[in-house]
Amino acid sequence: MKWPAMGYARAKSLAELWSALEAHGDAGQIIAGGQTLLATLAFRLSEPGTLIDITGIAALRGISSNGQVLRLGALTLHADLCSDPLVKAHAPLLAAAAPLIAHPAIRNRGTLGGSLAYADPAAELPACMVALDATIIAASAKGERRIPAAAFFTDLLQTALAPREIIAAVEIPLTGRLGAIEEITRRSGDYAMAGLAATLALDAGRILAPRLVYFGVGKIPVFAAAAAKALEGRSLDLASISAAQQALADDLDPPHDLHGPPEMKRHLARVLTERVLLGFLNPKVQAA
Amino acid sequence: MNEITPASIGLSREDLPNSYIGRSVPRPNVPKLVQGRATYTDDVTLPRMLHAAFLRSPHAHAKISAIDTAPAKAVPGVIRVFTGHDLAKFCDPWVATLDHLKGMKSAPQYPLPLNRATWQGEPIVAVVAESRAAAEDGVAALQVEFEALPAQTDMETALSPGAVVIHPELGDNLVFTRTAETGDVAAAFAAAHKVVEARFVTGRHTGVTLEPRSIIADYNPADETLTVHHSTQAPHMMQGVFAKQLRMKEGDVRVICKDVGGSFGIKVHVYPDEVAVAAMARIMGRPVKFVADRFESFVSDIHARDHRLKGRLAVDAEGRVLAFDIDDLTGIGPYSVYPRTSAIEGNQVVNLCGGPYDFKNYRCTTTVVLQNKTPTCQYRAVGHPIATTVTEGLMDLAAEALGMDPVEIRRRNLIRDDAYPYTSPPGMRFEGLSHHASLNKLLEMVPLERIRADQTEARQRGVYRGIGFASFIELTNPSPFMYGIGGARISAQDGCTVRMDPDGSIVASSGVTEQGQGTEAILAQIVAHGVGVPVNRVKIITGDTQTTPYGGGTWACRGAGIGGEAALQSAIALKQQILEVAGAMLQATPETLDIAMGEITDKASGKPRMTLFELGRIVYFRGDTLPKDLQRELVQTRHFITKEYPFAFTNGIQASWVEVDPATGMVKLLEHWCVEDCGRVVNPLLVDEQVRGGIVQGIGGALYEHCVYDAEGNLLTTTLADYLVPMSAEMPEIHVGHVETPTRESLLGAKGAGEAGTAGAPAAIMNAINDALRPFKARVHEQPFTPERILRALGTIA
Repeated sequence: MKWPAMGYARAKSLAELWSALEAHGDAGQIIAGGQTLLATLAFRLSEPGTLIDITGIAALRGISSNGQVLRLGALTLHADLCSDPLVKAHAPLLAAAAPLIAHPAIRNRGTLGGSLAYADPAAELPACMVALDATIIAASAKGERRIPAAAFFTDLLQTALAPREIIAAVEIPLTGRLGAIEEITRRSGDYAMAGLAATLALDAGRILAPRLVYFGVGKIPVFAAAAAKALEGRSLDLASISAAQQALADDLDPPHDLHGPPEMKRHLARVLTERVLLGFLNPKVQAA
Repeated sequence: MNEITPASIGLSREDLPNSYIGRSVPRPNVPKLVQGRATYTDDVTLPRMLHAAFLRSPHAHAKISAIDTAPAKAVPGVIRVFTGHDLAKFCDPWVATLDHLKGMKSAPQYPLPLNRATWQGEPIVAVVAESRAAAEDGVAALQVEFEALPAQTDMETALSPGAVVIHPELGDNLVFTRTAETGDVAAAFAAAHKVVEARFVTGRHTGVTLEPRSIIADYNPADETLTVHHSTQAPHMMQGVFAKQLRMKEGDVRVICKDVGGSFGIKVHVYPDEVAVAAMARIMGRPVKFVADRFESFVSDIHARDHRLKGRLAVDAEGRVLAFDIDDLTGIGPYSVYPRTSAIEGNQVVNLCGGPYDFKNYRCTTTVVLQNKTPTCQYRAVGHPIATTVTEGLMDLAAEALGMDPVEIRRRNLIRDDAYPYTSPPGMRFEGLSHHASLNKLLEMVPLERIRADQTEARQRGVYRGIGFASFIELTNPSPFMYGIGGARISAQDGCTVRMDPDGSIVASSGVTEQGQGTEAILAQIVAHGVGVPVNRVKIITGDTQTTPYGGGTWACRGAGIGGEAALQSAIALKQQILEVAGAMLQATPETLDIAMGEITDKASGKPRMTLFELGRIVYFRGDTLPKDLQRELVQTRHFITKEYPFAFTNGIQASWVEVDPATGMVKLLEHWCVEDCGRVVNPLLVDEQVRGGIVQGIGGALYEHCVYDAEGNLLTTTLADYLVPMSAEMPEIHVGHVETPTRESLLGAKGAGEAGTAGAPAAIMNAINDALRPFKARVHEQPFTPERILRALGTIA
């Protein structure tokens, strides 16, 4: 199908963006990398009046660290996450996650902010943000507000962003915790049938504040509270892993999809739990 | 006669540089394709051209209660709107049956249906506008009232009492049924040492051509001709179809197809939306373009392979096959597809099951039924992967029941290499196959001992690997026995015209066509070889009904075997004609002359006598200097059709080495091998890539590709995110080997090679997966072999 006819405006600054959003109202649609939006236009699933291109706004770019947090601008490309030295040093979970996203052509265009704002429950980055306990920096004409990642994803493809509010950046606390991501996909680059992004600290072999976040198994990235509780304070071993797997029954309520029934997703989540947690016992574990 | 020796085609020594047949000559059209300089149908823009878009049925089965076209006509850019009734005044419906398929029936199909939609995605109303976007705006504005009707989606209940009869005038949903029975099947099973049985399912999938179906129809009222630019495999057939349906003379219709971006059988059928485009162009007197988008392709390109098979195999204590007994059921959508029909796939299953093996007792039934899903028809390797899956799945089950090695049970049953000619139980005649030579060659390539040792060692570590084999036969070079005897105007013969121009360059026009597989490359090789010129002096014309000899096009693996032979014969004839003229000029007998690398040479010494450039100069510009009665037409045409055998069967065997993760049900392809015998290999590089590409499509059917419907008949897999095609990252190393048993029907000796990979790959993968799962006593027989199905087989999920 062909795109519907529509307007196009390019915002060069946040001030220009706010006025463009004001001017176009509900008919305005922000476009960054466009890797999801362009497909929905081609399917005529959305028919915005005007696309407002934010890729020229410098304030939304850049990766920096102040010793407390790693700040990633919303326009950070998936490809940047693969290669940026600060990301590699301070958020290796993201460096590990980014190559799992689609294919190089998409990673060269797709943005961090776009992925989080679209909030696909099977996508890697939303789950990573919840696992990393990141903070989403939302911005609007009224100014900035900080939203914990765990509160950002509210429902299927829904976020805590208000109308005419955008993601400006995310901040990831520099904690030195361990992190890992694994997913099960039919083909490389596909959305996951089930995935797990996890962070935790190990203190003399004991698990502290584990954050197991499953993707592709619910309406949002699912923080597994019961599994975390089952692991908290225990030594990382087959017994605690088994307890976490058992506890997942209370955490997950997966839907049926083209890949299989909910039972299969629960099973795959348990497999991922074991694989990811056993990975932390491997001497090659990396800091989150 | 059949050997291509230098003497046989008049070449003077073994390794002349223009002895191209059998060499990996690079494809001359590749730079054009990879540099984006090809001309696909959508690249063609005509003056005053309009664009069509279709409203497609949102229901699997519905009455069309009312169509209000006024809102669409009011959309800026929209020129005209057509309903089924509008087009029926100018375009006749078609019925896709073949006379030799006894009792076959199907309903008349119009370009747009008159009263009822019978599958989700069926084109219902056409909007023609100044641009495709405006046409889509018009489609969105149309007001069509549907009254949803119960849909018959399940093929298993299509003939049951209470089934929705899709075309009441047919009485029931049965399109065709055929049973082939030879020997005494019941007695063979009663006397068997072991009987194995299983239920197999081959998943409904489709061809996914990179270039979607595309057409521009251009009716010129001034000379009453219709010119159709069409992405098709069979331009001459389509010429006849457009003429017949639009009540025109065949000679007033011209079909042109320049570059075609993949076909795989998808583009050899008559599609209602394409006929609608031709009809609308005829009515409007303006060119109309339609290019299917990917959404439309998934719901309107033909699907294939939607079969359920119950198979039984009886073997004696030595593992010899006593009998096959197979019941095949297939759902083909609401219409048989014109003109090849949708009964051929099931008919092929009957013809091909048990094909590689020497046995006496056979029963196979196919039952072809209607359902409210996208129509199915011929897709690469029609019926072969289905027959090979059931045959080879049963062979492995028998081997397991006997405690016999899967290679050994095949060796004991494969038709002997000296047994030809041989007629199979369902009546297929084999001129010459090489099952044992192919198996031996495969075993030279597959490090079986190392693999079995690795398999044992890996299992100790909880890693499950398996190897699977699949022998197969493949039907190529079809004669009129495939379609022509059934009344279809589908040509089994093909022609080639080869001419020499004044500068000594050669132009060959052929009725076979190119869709990216390299047809034009092999034609150039063959013509260069036959005439005696460098391959870069040969230009090939295909895909134009007005400038190429009448032919069937490229399908069923006939491009090399039929089109190639016509090219060789016409090239040799042209060479003879050139030598006649050269003899007159050089005052030598033609028999003492030769052509090598574009020069007339003395045959005995190889000494150059005259360039073709010089010969061309004299013939075309100084004909006055030649003897008055000398024939000097430097153009020759030859047509070729097979005469002795209805089909040139090929054979081969594949092996697949996989790793199955029992925790996730994921299958990793480790390595794949194929040995096939397509007779004369014209271009080893192209044949290898054809085989690899075919294997990849077989892998698609085995592991990934699936047209998934909900219970109401809605297709759920309508994007490339949901319909999974095989991608390079998951593909294994694929090793290809050849045995060459040339057909004696032609000088060239080539049989088809394009479908061998697809024919055998799914069965080899199935057997490999089941070998890997053997410690768990789990098996899968339902394609695609998804993680879900493997986890179910393992009992991990219910």
